Amino acid sequence: MKINTQKKAVGRIGSKVDGYALTWRLPVIFWQLLFFVGPLLFTIAMTFFLVKNYRMTEAFEMKNWVKMMGKGYFWDSYFLTIGLASLATVVASCLAFPAAYALAFKVSENTRRWAIFFLIIPFFTSYLVRTFSWYVILAESGVVNNVLGWVGLGPYTMLNTKFGTMVGYMTLTLPLVIILQTLPIANVDRRLVEAAQNLGANGFWTIVKVIIPSARVGLIIGAVFCFILSFGDFVSPYYLGGSKPPTLPIMIIDTTKSGQQWPRAAVVAVIMMVTLMVVAFASIKYAYRKKS
Amino acid sequence: MRNSERIIRAILIVYLAFIFIFIFTPIVTSIIFSFNSDRFPTLPLGSFTLKWYETIYSDPDVWEAARNSLIVAVSVGILSTIIGFCTAYTDFRYQFRFKNTYLALALLPPTVPLIILALAMLAWFSKIGVSGQLWTIILAHTVLCAPFAMAVIRLRLQQMDADLESAAWNLGASEWAAMKEVVIPFATPSIISALCLTMAVSFDEFAVAWFVSGLNKTIPVIILEILQGNIDPQINAIGTFVFFTSMTLVIIAQLFFSFRSPKTP
Repeated sequence: MKINTQKKAVGRIGSKVDGYALTWRLPVIFWQLLFFVGPLLFTIAMTFFLVKNYRMTEAFEMKNWVKMMGKGYFWDSYFLTIGLASLATVVASCLAFPAAYALAFKVSENTRRWAIFFLIIPFFTSYLVRTFSWYVILAESGVVNNVLGWVGLGPYTMLNTKFGTMVGYMTLTLPLVIILQTLPIANVDRRLVEAAQNLGANGFWTIVKVIIPSARVGLIIGAVFCFILSFGDFVSPYYLGGSKPPTLPIMIIDTTKSGQQWPRAAVVAVIMMVTLMVVAFASIKYAYRKKS
Repeated sequence: MRNSERIIRAILIVYLAFIFIFIFTPIVTSIIFSFNSDRFPTLPLGSFTLKWYETIYSDPDVWEAARNSLIVAVSVGILSTIIGFCTAYTDFRYQFRFKNTYLALALLPPTVPLIILALAMLAWFSKIGVSGQLWTIILAHTVLCAPFAMAVIRLRLQQMDADLESAAWNLGASEWAAMKEVVIPFATPSIISALCLTMAVSFDEFAVAWFVSGLNKTIPVIILEILQGNIDPQINAIGTFVFFTSMTLVIIAQLFFSFRSPKTP
């Protein structure tokens, strides 16, 4: 029987790499390089390929970039997508905040745990089916217009509008944003809140001066996730928003599926990636900036 | 003062209720309309019927898709839980150079929009000559799901006393034996959680599956195709079935995740 007193020190602090350590370390590296980094790098390379007679040939040409970036409709879609995703981020953050505040401060811990439990469920259930449900509910002769009709209102056109797109985006993002906001708000130091109240701040000023600054990082992370999800979603702008003009994800699908123009779709994908990276880095930087 | 506080609290609670109604309306509507006889789902409700369920039950395409989804979800669950466990344990136990890069590599996939991954995977799989196979969906979904498994298992390992493992070594256990006798039993609830969660994610994923699947459709891809056609209440029936499957998985996952004693005895 061996006495392994040495192993603890080596295992915890040292960087000794043995077969045991590598067994646990390598699988994810192997998998992600092969099926995550590989595909993404290939997508970048593909933007320089050419399509001849419906077949993609490897090349190094700028044609796809020139073609896509020279088109007015591409930029229309680009700014539309950014606009919609930004609007969704603002709307979701504003809708989520009172809910997160209520969950953090106005209910018991047990209720909060159950609420988060219920908020996690939709995140893992079919977004497509939920979108179809909204399609039925918001239709010209759908449930909402039916109910409004009983009190003499409507019918309103809600499908194929920006409103429809927003409903879809909220379905996708709101539960996640509420969870991401609730956790940091619930962790705000209660003594700070009490101190503010003792100094005479009412509820509103306590929120503005104490809670929002303290929970800032979490609020921004929630917003960033909302932006990423809405920016990349094709279901809501297509089925609820009518896709006129298409957003970038819809453009990727159209270009890939009907046109066989994978390289041009790759250009759109790369521009989307760069945009998201800029937004994410800028937000994280802003979140962790030193207080002036 | 007390009174106004109570009013604010009441308003916030009502607001919270509205938010939850908004979130669960589409789910509940879909379930209700799946039993409704009218072709176009609206109010007032028609009569109770099971015909949409009969339609999908007698549709061989739906059965084929269900079989595909099951194979994919189970394989993805197992693969991504294994990879997630390895990563979580590495993060828990080891410090090494480039660990941040390592963790970024492991955790980034869910932050990349699915549509971009879908295109990237489609192009990559055709490049290496394996496109249109059912198992390519498994490869792709595992990339997406492993980070979830890693996060769930990592949180559980966080609750494990680091000395527990060293105690086993001191008692003469090899590292492998300590893993088998101490770490894995401790992590088992989170492993079950991770298995269910990753199965649920894979079971509902449609963008990547749609792009790389070729002719091997999964259930979400079938739903997407029906959506592209006319309004068809079949979707509600399939949707209800899908909801109950994923919800069951998520609820099992959460039960194992949260209602266990947090510390070792």
